[in-house]
Amino acid sequence: MLLINCPWCGPRDEIEFRCAGQSHIARPGPYDRVSDEEWARYLFYRKNPKGLHSERWLHDVGCRQWFNIARDTRTHEIKVIYAMTDPKPEESTP
Amino acid sequence: MLDVVSWSLSTGVYISQSDKGGLVFGGGLDHYPSYAQRGNLATAIDVVGAVAETYPSFGRVRLLRHWAGIVDIVHDSSPLIGETPLAGLYMNCGWGTGGFKAIPAGGYLLAHHLATGRPHPIAAPFHLDRFRTGALIDEAAGAGIAH
Repeated sequence: MLLINCPWCGPRDEIEFRCAGQSHIARPGPYDRVSDEEWARYLFYRKNPKGLHSERWLHDVGCRQWFNIARDTRTHEIKVIYAMTDPKPEESTP
Repeated sequence: MLDVVSWSLSTGVYISQSDKGGLVFGGGLDHYPSYAQRGNLATAIDVVGAVAETYPSFGRVRLLRHWAGIVDIVHDSSPLIGETPLAGLYMNCGWGTGGFKAIPAGGYLLAHHLATGRPHPIAAPFHLDRFRTGALIDEAAGAGIAH
């Protein structure tokens, strides 16, 4: 069970939140020059690391704000919580 | 006590009884990617709660043991069978929560592909290329649940 420190509400139980998967995905463009292959990669292909993973979370039943979490998928340890517009944190662990 | 396998569409929880008498049940997935190789308490509470709600008398039964495994989920909740972009490498994965039941057929279909060099007609739609062509098997986001 995760205790997630919402940037607006403070520490709350994980059941209040929703994980929306990998963060920092850029929409390809301009749209009329994007191949079917690129669209497929944008829509359906995701990283699946055993280790540090940057992902989007929503405080679904709280403030309903979005933010990013960098989390270790092996231990579920939350390394960094940062804003949606912040850059991806440097990977310090393998 | 229970001589059928029951499955609830609303909770996604399935349950049956073994010949020794124990109840075997399972349900949803973790809500975030995990290689922790252990059951997640939030998910366990959801599944156990659904069992007790469906069969209130089971609420008095003790939990003997539980297990966790990696569940490989694809966007359209359907397996990937066939060739990959790397020549000579074939895939048969993404079975999600249905693999225990369906993999004998999955193995037969991939063996057909390896032996003949062509996908079996049943397996052909499950090619990885469906994400490029848009011919998804199941609109999982609309259904909200696998199967």
